[in-house]
Amino acid sequence: MSEQPIIVSASPHVHSERTSKKLMYDVIIALIPAFLVSLYVFGINALIVTAAAVVSCLLFEYLIQRYLLKTNVTIADGSALITGILLAFNLPAGIPVWMVVIGSLVAIGIAKLSFGGLGYNIFNPALVGRVFLLVSFPVQMTLWPTAVENNMSVVDAITGATTLGLIKEGVQFGETMSSIAPTLPPLSDMLLGITSGSLGEMSALALILGGAFLMVRKVISWHIPVTVLGTIGVLTGVFWWINPEQYANPLIHLLSGGAIIGAFYMATDLVTSPVTKKGMVIFALGIGAITVVIRLFGSYPEGISFAILIMNALVPLINTYFKPRRFGARIKSKIM
Amino acid sequence: MLRTFPKGGVHPPENKLTASKPIRRMPVPKVVYVPIAQHIGIPAEIAVAQKDKVQAGQVIARSGGFVSSNIHAPVVGTVTKLDKIVDTRGYKKQCIVIRTDLKDESNFQEVELPLKQEITMEPDEILKRISDFGIVGLGGATFPSHVKLNIKEGKKLDCLIINGVECEPYLTADHRLMLEKTEEILVGIRILMHALKVERAIIGIENNKKDAIELFKTIGRQEPGIQIAALKVKYPQGGEKQLVRALLGREVPKNGLPLDVGVVVHNVGTVFAIYQAVQHHKPLTERVVTVTGKKLENPSNFWVRIGTPIGDLLEAVGGVPEDTRKIISGGPMMGKALKNTDVPVTKGTSGILVISGEEASRGPAGNCIRCGECVDVCPMGLEPHLLMNLSEKGLYKKAAREDIATCIECGSCSYVCPANRPLLDYIRFGKSITRQLESNKGQL
Repeated sequence: MSEQPIIVSASPHVHSERTSKKLMYDVIIALIPAFLVSLYVFGINALIVTAAAVVSCLLFEYLIQRYLLKTNVTIADGSALITGILLAFNLPAGIPVWMVVIGSLVAIGIAKLSFGGLGYNIFNPALVGRVFLLVSFPVQMTLWPTAVENNMSVVDAITGATTLGLIKEGVQFGETMSSIAPTLPPLSDMLLGITSGSLGEMSALALILGGAFLMVRKVISWHIPVTVLGTIGVLTGVFWWINPEQYANPLIHLLSGGAIIGAFYMATDLVTSPVTKKGMVIFALGIGAITVVIRLFGSYPEGISFAILIMNALVPLINTYFKPRRFGARIKSKIM
Repeated sequence: MLRTFPKGGVHPPENKLTASKPIRRMPVPKVVYVPIAQHIGIPAEIAVAQKDKVQAGQVIARSGGFVSSNIHAPVVGTVTKLDKIVDTRGYKKQCIVIRTDLKDESNFQEVELPLKQEITMEPDEILKRISDFGIVGLGGATFPSHVKLNIKEGKKLDCLIINGVECEPYLTADHRLMLEKTEEILVGIRILMHALKVERAIIGIENNKKDAIELFKTIGRQEPGIQIAALKVKYPQGGEKQLVRALLGREVPKNGLPLDVGVVVHNVGTVFAIYQAVQHHKPLTERVVTVTGKKLENPSNFWVRIGTPIGDLLEAVGGVPEDTRKIISGGPMMGKALKNTDVPVTKGTSGILVISGEEASRGPAGNCIRCGECVDVCPMGLEPHLLMNLSEKGLYKKAAREDIATCIECGSCSYVCPANRPLLDYIRFGKSITRQLESNKGQL
């Protein structure tokens, strides 16, 4: 027998190939198509903002764990990297780098590490960072550079409103949808990503591609994305059906703003979403409904970030009340 | 569509290395170590003294109560010691040491018993025979078989289920037995049907044992009331409750038994042992053991006398490989890791698995990322992440309310956890404390 001692541990003695790290890197792979689209649309700015967010998230996690908390440094687990990418994806491409750094500090320092680090945070760190920036710097956070094909210039002067911004503004000034419609980008552009908006939310197609990859790899299940998008589609559809002059059609709602990135990447964050499938559906219904309420009746044009954060807060409650059915809890009298 | 249980389960690599290897007879060991607590329940009481001569099949320890079992001498020889040794569960247990009489030829005769179809015994006699002849559940749980067959007044029974699932990776003992003793097992099933007075029996076999399914279908076609069901491969389908659910769609109630839904479940190995006891007057003194591992020279299936040291089995397959880090009694999902190879084979030993190098050690545990995988795979509908958390924090009362007691310890949660958390370790711990607290009533 070998020199090394025999290991005695309790069963099971084998483990599946899945690790947290692999899950995290799958998420990163899934975000690549959307990142490529944003590079194409916003040029070098997309790279600058993303790099700034990623580097500062990793750096803050390292510094805080090493010097403040004096615990093990966990930057290699991939989670801070995802927070950085997702934060960047939720920012306008032209945002000053120092704001990105502040957003990263809030995301990692406050939303993640102050709650206890990976797995203990209640709110999605990237969204906390984004919402912090949105309420602190409302002007810079809503200065959307317009999509200019192959724009490689660092200085980007052309800015325009987002689709949802145009609708909100128009409706607030009493315009009807038929007069707003010509100013909106065509749906095909929204699908491909040639419109204005946050860095990563451009192309619905690229985001869905990555989302499908995550489902195939079983990192996420269909429950959250399908329910979020379904709820948004149905609710906005109902309002549109009641009064198409005041409310945009559901396709515009689904393809614009953060609906898709939110549904596939932000709401599905493993840590901040419920553990059971039942719970996930409830959680996603809430996100969809709150998003629609904010979009149609709130003062912000887009509300999915707030919706996700609000529902994040309810996750412990959902986990408590929507438990899996225990085996044998209810006896079936089915006899074959 | 193949049948299976609906909720939970995992698909660990099957690694059935010995599926095509016929069962060989292990030579009779020089010394056997026979523990008196090989079954669940009350240990048997030693019925021999030091220096006694014993005959093979003679009772050497008598059943200590209803939920207990007789233990028989596996060889002809002399009792050399009554000693305490470490058993496969890791505890020091009382044990009868018998030195084999090397001059007695009957020890080395290999008798192939002829197939005996005709059942002549009455139900009561059959039950008594099963009880007297030390038959316990050979699937690994070692629950005394006669207890399961003792149907209380008022309980309705309409189906006997034969467990040929063998969902543990690596193990092939039941598979080989089904291939080599098909007709005997079918007779055994008829014996049980006769004893239980049921008209219907189903043999559940997972679809990775297509040859066994085919064989049963060909031979068993003439048997009235016996059905053969192929099941989708999914661990832990061999769990009684999961198997009943998969085959009949009936759910055993919480804290209940299969009998509550009119079913009794027996393992194929047990059925064969019952056949031998009833038809050939042969007590349970040997069983099939799979000795396996990726690095072993010649992984095999053996007929082994109870009490044979595991070291002898490992010798017989070419010795323990250099880089062995873990020796397991049983399969990789539910087996017990052993400290050394001195422990003997008991009635519940279905396999010996040798694991090398990195495979043997667990990765470091990370934080729970709340992915919910453990909840998805739990076949009992529990929330392992929550149960671990509650056990870790000492919140046993809460853990009891979350049904920690219904955990079947299949290990699916720990198997699948991407953060490598020792979920089942903590759940087991919480379970045992909860049980203790519940037995001192009012404490919980």
